[in-house]
Amino acid sequence: MSSVNTALGTWSELFMLLAAIAYMFVFIAFAWDMAAHSKTLKEAEQRDSAPARRSEALVGATAGGSAGGTEADEWDKDGAAARGTQPRDDRNDAGSGSRAGWRSNTADALRGQVASSSMAYSDADERRPAARVAVVLMVLAFGVHLAAVIMRAIAAHRVPWSNMYEYTTSGALLITAVYLIMLALKDLRFVGVLISGLVTLLLTAATIAYPMPVSPLQPALQSYWLIIHVSIAVAASGIFAITFALAVLQLLQDRRERRILAGEGNGWAFLKLVPSAQALENFSYRLNSVGFVFWTFTLAAGAIWARDAWGRYWGWDPKEVWTFVIWVVYAAYLHARATRGWTGNRSAWLSIVGFLCILFNYFVVNTLFDGLHSYAGL
Amino acid sequence: MARRSDVRRKDKQKASSEVAVPALGVWGMLRWAWSQLTRMNTALFLLLLLAVAAVPGSVFPQRVQDPSAVNAYIEANPTTGPILDKLQFFDVFSSVWFSAIYLLLFISLVGCVIPRARKHWQAWRAEPPRTPARLQRLPVSRSLELGGRDGAPAPDPEEVIERAAQILKKRRYRVHVRDLGTTAPSVGAERGMWKEVGNILFHLALVGILVFAAYGSMFGFKGQKILTVGDTFANSLISYDSFTPGSNYNADWLEPFTIRVDDFNVEYNRDTTDPENFGVPLHYEADVSITDSPGERARQEVLSVNRPVEIDGVNAYLIGNGYSPVVRVTDGEGNVAYEGPVVTVPEDTSNISAFTLKVPDAEPEQLGFSGTFLPTAWTDEETGQLTSADPDLGNPALVLSVYSGDLGLDDGTPQNVYVLDVNNLDEVASPMTEGGPITLSESNPKAELPNGLGTVEYLDTVRYVGLDLNYDPGTRGVFISFCLAFLGLIMSLFIVRRRAWVRVNTVETADGPRVLLQYGLLARGEDPRLVAEDNALADLFTGEWEQIGVRDSEAVTTAAARQPAAAE
Ligand code: HEM
Repeated sequence: MSSVNTALGTWSELFMLLAAIAYMFVFIAFAWDMAAHSKTLKEAEQRDSAPARRSEALVGATAGGSAGGTEADEWDKDGAAARGTQPRDDRNDAGSGSRAGWRSNTADALRGQVASSSMAYSDADERRPAARVAVVLMVLAFGVHLAAVIMRAIAAHRVPWSNMYEYTTSGALLITAVYLIMLALKDLRFVGVLISGLVTLLLTAATIAYPMPVSPLQPALQSYWLIIHVSIAVAASGIFAITFALAVLQLLQDRRERRILAGEGNGWAFLKLVPSAQALENFSYRLNSVGFVFWTFTLAAGAIWARDAWGRYWGWDPKEVWTFVIWVVYAAYLHARATRGWTGNRSAWLSIVGFLCILFNYFVVNTLFDGLHSYAGL
Repeated sequence: MARRSDVRRKDKQKASSEVAVPALGVWGMLRWAWSQLTRMNTALFLLLLLAVAAVPGSVFPQRVQDPSAVNAYIEANPTTGPILDKLQFFDVFSSVWFSAIYLLLFISLVGCVIPRARKHWQAWRAEPPRTPARLQRLPVSRSLELGGRDGAPAPDPEEVIERAAQILKKRRYRVHVRDLGTTAPSVGAERGMWKEVGNILFHLALVGILVFAAYGSMFGFKGQKILTVGDTFANSLISYDSFTPGSNYNADWLEPFTIRVDDFNVEYNRDTTDPENFGVPLHYEADVSITDSPGERARQEVLSVNRPVEIDGVNAYLIGNGYSPVVRVTDGEGNVAYEGPVVTVPEDTSNISAFTLKVPDAEPEQLGFSGTFLPTAWTDEETGQLTSADPDLGNPALVLSVYSGDLGLDDGTPQNVYVLDVNNLDEVASPMTEGGPITLSESNPKAELPNGLGTVEYLDTVRYVGLDLNYDPGTRGVFISFCLAFLGLIMSLFIVRRRAWVRVNTVETADGPRVLLQYGLLARGEDPRLVAEDNALADLFTGEWEQIGVRDSEAVTTAAARQPAAAE
């Protein structure tokens, strides 16, 4: 073990602060984009609102669909959904989230009211300067943030995640990383406000609540399992943070869709930039699956490490209890997606509860509950 | 229509079961309970309940973790404490209610998965499901018109179907060609059969984890032993400081191995540029010699934090360490009443350690010592207090209070060796007495006790290590079960299950006969790649028949004309 480099540690803290400020501007830019873009959309809509009304009126007529032949097996209802016979909350038991039937009936009414469910970039939204500024700024902020984390790692001669300050800052870094990677694949700028807000909050919290100069690693943490276990845990949390944001939007969008379908106006305009609740649900389901696999791995890696370090693989230490609780909540989420009456809003709530548990695990269990993990250090 | 009559049938079933409830009888009730228990809703509910039930286990101290914290909690909360204890809030994870939840969950799981497995087995052996009458009603479907390019004739429908089946097969569908010899031959195809296998594997492996964990805790044990450097531990019941066998463990099964601690080293942070962390321990390491069974040659191992040593399936862990000052007590009659190391308990980061020694053999009166051991004694100029400046051995000193009288050891009640009950003892020397406590150090190693009670001598300091010895025969099974569960989980979540059907009709057009190839795709659950698959298939089919001409078409094939082609 070599010594720590305090000067570099100080630089790292400075960069972290810079990154936090940059993220704040990212947040402002994203919020600006939402406000400005929904304003333009609103104006455009006022110009041609009449046709939209008409298609709403048609919904009642087309709903109900006709019945087709069925295969007598468990995909029955899937097939039926595809044929458009299923009402919204009475979906399949077997497969998950096939809201196709509902969507084909209502898609017309929602057309123009929600963003495309493919979440692909389109030429049409080239006119979003604020969003582009936000993304560029976010990449910059990420660079500064990454530099800060790396400097800290070099300063301490170890992986930069062994106390609260480091968990929080590395966690925030991974949330941004996961988000930027997905941003390259899909137009997820609509969650930008929530993500940049969350990251700003995390960095601020780390700097204010858990300042901690670089220090060497305690013997109990000297294990390559620290690298494996914690990095995967933090990556999983990054994914869950994004599905949390998606779930929040899904709830809002769902409420808005119901109102539009009921002819009660259009609700918050910025939600026009957001895909339909169904598309959000499907997308966050896929992300949550990946997150769940990561979390399962975290749990097992933790158990293997615990066996090496403490002589038992599982001992119901408060941290272990919460890792388990989180795992069970997301398992319940995956089940909910396959359970009649539990798709849609309820599964979104489970996803939200799961992430709240993760936050609790980070901020409350680490600091207030004492157990073997309490060397996490403040 | 089929669908509607289905619904009606379900309604009828529902109605009849409602009526039948009062007359169910025991068997019927059981069947009803079973069907409720194995429903997906119940599984979900039990999962959520399990999550909620685990929470108190992190809020209240737990006996599995720290029994003394539980006792302290009950003492501090005399009214709620005992009630919570009755309700098993200090043993959440072995409580009746927690166990009930997870046992029900696992019963539900088995009841759910076995029928699924059976069903999947049948589906695996059966052919892909029959071709739906109207392919255009599937979530994704497409119609292609074959033939006519440069006057090419329409291909033979049956050959088209065979070739389409080949293409699907290459894309890892299992295929079944059907209705050959009719005007509307078709192929049913399905892929991703391993998804369900993964799901079943995952759930069954969870059962495996539970079973092996239970097995391990029944047939394992946990033991603790403090060993000073140079001492040897021989594995037998009496050698342990504490021993907790699993409910079915027999202490006769202990293997007679030995562990000798040859040396123990601590590396401290000696970086003066980082005063805050100066003196923080960086690494602990114990050199041990192990004989696996009597008479065998000893093997040398290094034991450190995070690096246990295995002996006959028992894992030895380095859990704690500290100082054992070696002292000699000579009693008032001039006999050596005690000579040896005394294990002290470290109390803070500079290793100020609590020292307790009971000397029942001392004459004329039994002696008791309690005090502190300071590895690097140093007097704080400001307060005048003696403390330790560093955790390492720099200037070791012992500050002792001395008591005499009846130690209360003779009546056989077990006592904590680390606690000296001074209530019935005479205070001979302490901070309260005139002469003050006795201070021993390397430069001043020996002191007379007042009242002619003898002498106490500080001879040396050795280190000790605290070892945990754990045996858990279920670990390997748990690990293998987990690996299977993980594999199953990945298969289940990321394999896509999908069905495809292709049907071919010959149609007459103004330009002559054409073959209409229509296909449709259906995903199990949500499948974002369904459209991509559609495009890929369109490309493949186009490539296959490009020579004779392929066009997109609005027309649809039908299964209406099922009579053999010959009959036309
Ligand atoms: C210890 C309790 C359980 C846990 C931790 C658990 C966990 C999971 C997880 C993580 C999944 C998603 C991954 C996959 O599809 O394999 C899943 C799926 C599933 N589970 Fe469980 N499960 C449990 C008990 C049960 C029970 C009791 C049932 C039946 C009543 C059940 C039925 C299912 C079904 C049908 C699926 C597939 C869902 C789909 O098709 O999307 N599980 N389970």
